[in-house]
Amino acid sequence: MIGLEHYLTVAGTLFVIGIFGLFLNRKNIIIMLMSIELMLLAVNINLVAFSSFLGDLVGQVFTLFVLTVAAAEAAIGLAILVCFFRNRGTIAVEDVNVMQG
Amino acid sequence: MSADLSIILPEILLSLFAIFALLGGVYTGKDGVASTLVWMTSAVMIVLAAWIGLSGEGTNVAFNGMFVDDGFARFSKVVVLLSAAAVLIMGEGYMRTRGLLRFEYPILIALSAVGMMMMVSAGDLMSLYMGLELQSLALYVVASLRRDSVKSTEAGLKYFVLGALSSGLLLYGASLVYGYAGTTVFSGIIQTAVHGEVSLGLLFGLIFLISGLAFKVSAVPFHMWTPDVYEGAPTPVTAFFATAPKMAAMCLFARVMHDAFGGAVADWQQIVALLSLLSMFLGAVAAIGQTNIKRLMAYSSIAHMGYALMGLAAGTVLGVEAMLVYMAIYITMNIGTFAFILLMEKDGQPVTDIASLNMYAIAQPGRAFAMLVLLFSLAGVPPMLGFFGKLYVLRAAYDAGLAWLAIAGVIASVIGAFYYLRIVFYMYFGEEQADGLDVNKSPILWGFLMASAAIMVFGIINMFGVEAAATAAAATLVN
Repeated sequence: MIGLEHYLTVAGTLFVIGIFGLFLNRKNIIIMLMSIELMLLAVNINLVAFSSFLGDLVGQVFTLFVLTVAAAEAAIGLAILVCFFRNRGTIAVEDVNVMQG
Repeated sequence: MSADLSIILPEILLSLFAIFALLGGVYTGKDGVASTLVWMTSAVMIVLAAWIGLSGEGTNVAFNGMFVDDGFARFSKVVVLLSAAAVLIMGEGYMRTRGLLRFEYPILIALSAVGMMMMVSAGDLMSLYMGLELQSLALYVVASLRRDSVKSTEAGLKYFVLGALSSGLLLYGASLVYGYAGTTVFSGIIQTAVHGEVSLGLLFGLIFLISGLAFKVSAVPFHMWTPDVYEGAPTPVTAFFATAPKMAAMCLFARVMHDAFGGAVADWQQIVALLSLLSMFLGAVAAIGQTNIKRLMAYSSIAHMGYALMGLAAGTVLGVEAMLVYMAIYITMNIGTFAFILLMEKDGQPVTDIASLNMYAIAQPGRAFAMLVLLFSLAGVPPMLGFFGKLYVLRAAYDAGLAWLAIAGVIASVIGAFYYLRIVFYMYFGEEQADGLDVNKSPILWGFLMASAAIMVFGIINMFGVEAAATAAAATLVN
């Protein structure tokens, strides 16, 4: 029998993979965008699982909002990345270092 | 339904204005109308602020608790709208002379202001998230407004990646809170989250929520983006980052803590106190080595957020009141300081190096003195208004039994005074320079600088009624 805790474990694992992808990745900013997307999708699994468990539709409504915002966020992220690439000529993570902080 | 809509009428009007301004901008003169749009946006914001401030009464709840319009929300909305309008007016000349004044700029600021108004009125995890994202997405774009500059696009990129990470943390927390409280409405969560009975899942959700919010107010250890974004973004945009979004994020923080978790103060008090302590000390120590005044202001804002969080950590009505007063004073000081930074230029180019201020007092005694007043106020030197802001939060923390935090705050403010006074030293006793800064004759910037400095001196008489307004606002949030 697959219960709530299985879904929460999957979502938790995906979320942690997303965070690690963001911090350990030293290659490419596109991978960072993918990691962010993975985190948001993990949250969606959480919300849908809770929604089904509680018998309450609010969680699924929340998921739709998150999906919409995630699309807008990815669009803006890629647009900024394109601008950055035009100026710097690279999208390697270690080259995002004009300002040190 | 129509009653709900009338409660969110200011937000609807500002969004409609932004949409029609965008249409108008595209179909008419494009960047040629940008200057007009800046003034129109500021005018709309000031009118809305006056309307919200003067007409609002009582606590109104719309859309089944998703949107709350109470005294607390109105206080923060007035501060947010007025500071956004002030920063727009201040930056207009700077942006125009440097070819940065695109017509999207005022529209994006207006949209982020709508997001901030949603944030401070959020009564539900969903409206919290939507408001926060509307604000953040607009801010990512304005940070990289100077498309042809590596620094500006890099600032936008860093802000985007870390901001998206913080949104992810916040959302994960929101999903856990929803799951373990069984509802997303704050008024429902507060019935589940009673001290001593907070389940482990709810506590995890709360911690994730706090870390997401701490990112937005740039509290240590989630502050990494602040110095780079402040340095890389164009100066008027930096001035905006340092004012309205900080107020909105701090008020959202207070609303989540009190409206949703007000029954479990002991569970979050220690976390917020720790964030406050770390922010105050890191802001004070890390700013000492800075030579760029925009980076210095970034660390200064981290330290100031630490003091505002101290008010929040108290967890009392007095604490929220102190936080509101502190934020209002902080924003007034920052508007004046950024007006001064916008005035700094050499051979027509903007300068941000602190060393360029050597002996500025000889060339411009009036401006140097106004900056001296503002810097003393930022440092919290007694006769200025900034001292009273600090006094309020320290008293609130002390009354709430956080005497150790209050003492740490005093120590951090003494350390922090060093780097503010260093700028004063450069201006009055620095080395002689062959060629000083240009004489920028912008009357608008001069006016903002002098008005802000005057408020820091004359505000100590009665704080222009802000104190009474903050007391009333805090009382509606904390019951």
